[in-house]
Amino acid sequence: MSPGRRVREGLTGWGFVAPATLIVLGLSIFPAVWAFLLSLQDWNGFSVPEPVGLANYQDMARDADLAAAVGHTLLYTALFVPASVLLGLGLAVALNRRIVLVGVYRTLIFLPFVVSAAATGILTTYLFNPQFGLVNNVLRVLGLPQQGWLEDPQQAMVVIALMSLWGQAAFTTVIYLAALQDIPAELGEAARVDGANRWQSFWHVTFPQLAPVTVFVAIWQAIQAIQLFDLVYTTTRGGPLKSTETVVYYLWTSAFKELEFGYASAVAYGLFAVTLAITIGVTIYSRRSTVGGLG
Amino acid sequence: MIRRAGWWHLVLVPVALVFAVPFVQMFLTSLTPESEINRFPPRFFPSELTFDGYAKLFRDSDVLLWTGNTVLVSVVAVVSHLVLCSLAGYGFARLKFPGRQVGFLLILATIMIPTQLLMVPTYVMFARVGLIDTLAAAMVPWLASVFGIFLMRQFFLSLPAELEEAAVLDGCSRWTAFWRIILPLARPALATLAIFTLLSSWNDLVWPLIAINDPDAFTLQLGITNFQGARRTDWSLLMASNVVATLPLIAFFVVAQKQFIATMTFTGVKG
Repeated sequence: MSPGRRVREGLTGWGFVAPATLIVLGLSIFPAVWAFLLSLQDWNGFSVPEPVGLANYQDMARDADLAAAVGHTLLYTALFVPASVLLGLGLAVALNRRIVLVGVYRTLIFLPFVVSAAATGILTTYLFNPQFGLVNNVLRVLGLPQQGWLEDPQQAMVVIALMSLWGQAAFTTVIYLAALQDIPAELGEAARVDGANRWQSFWHVTFPQLAPVTVFVAIWQAIQAIQLFDLVYTTTRGGPLKSTETVVYYLWTSAFKELEFGYASAVAYGLFAVTLAITIGVTIYSRRSTVGGLG
Repeated sequence: MIRRAGWWHLVLVPVALVFAVPFVQMFLTSLTPESEINRFPPRFFPSELTFDGYAKLFRDSDVLLWTGNTVLVSVVAVVSHLVLCSLAGYGFARLKFPGRQVGFLLILATIMIPTQLLMVPTYVMFARVGLIDTLAAAMVPWLASVFGIFLMRQFFLSLPAELEEAAVLDGCSRWTAFWRIILPLARPALATLAIFTLLSSWNDLVWPLIAINDPDAFTLQLGITNFQGARRTDWSLLMASNVVATLPLIAFFVVAQKQFIATMTFTGVKG
C-alpha cells in the first residue's frame, strides 16, 4: 500500500469516528480526571482553589451524615435488588407462555418503564398520601391500620423501593424473557420424561441455565441501586428526618447546595471505587464458580 | 391445557392490575373536579369528568414552553445520535486506521465511570463556556453515547463485508458506500438507538436540574418537578402535567412496543 493511500485511509477512518469519540471522551474521561484533581482541593467554585491533599478523603471517614447515607443506600439496595431479580424472573416465566391476553399483560407490566422519575414522584406522593391516598384507602376498606408511608422515617425507603420496582420490573423481565427463549425446550422435556415435575424441572434444569443472566442482572441492578437519586428528589428530598438521604443525594447536596466541590468529588470517587469493586468482584467470583462447576 | 393456562391468568391478572393502577389514577385524577379531591373518604372514580385541571395547567404554567424545550432537546439528541454514532460505529467496525483499537477501548472503558462522578466537573466546564442556564446544556450530553457507538458497531460487524467492498471496488468512496448501501440496511439498529435516546433524553432529570435554573430553559421534567414543589395539593393540576409529560412516550410505546423491547434487551445484553 502506498504511503499516500495509507494516510488517506487513516484520515477517512478518523473522519468517521472522531466526532462521536471526542464528545464521549470529552464528557467522560476528561471530567473524570478533573474530578480527581478537584477531590484534592477545597473549592466552592468561586474562590481560589486550595490544595488540601487527601484531607477530603480523611473527612469522609469521619462524616457521620455520609455514614448514615451509606446505610440508607444499603437498605434500599437490599430491598430493591433481590426483589427486582425475583420479580423479573417470575414475570418472565409467566409471560413466556402462549396464552390469550399475554400481549395485554406484557404491555401493562412494561408500560411503567417509559415513565420518568419526575412523573413517578408525583404519582408516588399521591398514591401513598396518608390522608387521601389510594393505598391507605385500600387498607382502611380492608380494616387494616393506616400508615404514614413517605411521612414515616421507617417506611419512606420501602415506598421508594416499591415504586422503583414498578418502574424497573420491565427491565429485568425483558432480560429474563430473552434468556428463557434461548434455552432449548428439549432440556425441560427431557427432565419431565425422566419423571421431574414442573417445579423440579424449573429449579434443576431451567434455573441453572439462567445463572449467568442472574449474575448480570443482579450487578446491574445493584449499581443502579447505589446510584439512587431521582426518585428521592421527586418524592421525599431526603426526608423525613433524612431517612431517605442516599449517597448520591448527599453528594448532590454537598456539591450544589453547599458548594463543596472538592468534598463532593471525593465522595463521588468513593462511589466509583465501590461500583468498580462490586463489578470486578462479582465477575471474578462468577468466572471461578462457572469454571469449577458446569464450566 | 385450558385448566393449566387458567393458573397463569390467576397470577397475571392481579399483577397487571397493580401495574396499571397508577396510570388509571393519573388519568382519572387529572379529570377530577377539585372539590372531589382531598376529601374523606376518597373515591376512586370521580362523579363527573372535567378538563379544569388541564385548563388551569395551560393558564398557570409554562407547560407549552417546557414541552417545546423537551421536544427540541430530544430531537437534537436523537438526530445527533443517529448520525454520529452510526458514523463512529461503522468506522470502528470496518475501517482500518491507526489508533482504532485504543480509541475503541477508551470508549468502552468509560462505561465504568458513574455519571455522578462527572456532575461537578461538567458543571464547572459548562459554566466556563457559558452553557449553564441554556437549553444547549441539556442537549450537549446527549449528542453521542458509548451505548450508541457500541450498538452500531455490533450491528455493522454482523453485516457481510462483501457488501461495501464490491461498491468500493466499483469506485464508490467509503462515504458514498456508507450512506447509500450500509445505512439503509441499518434501520433496525437505528430504531433501537432512536428509542434509547428518546427515552433517556425526554426523561432526564438530574442533569437539567443541575445545569438549568432559568425557567425559560426548563425541560418538561424539570418544570413538573418544580411545579410539584410549588403546588403541593393541587392534584388535578399536577396529574394533568404528569399526563402531558408521560402520554407521548406511552403512546409511542404502545405503537412501537416490539422496538422498545428490543432496545431494552440490547441495553441488558451489551453488558
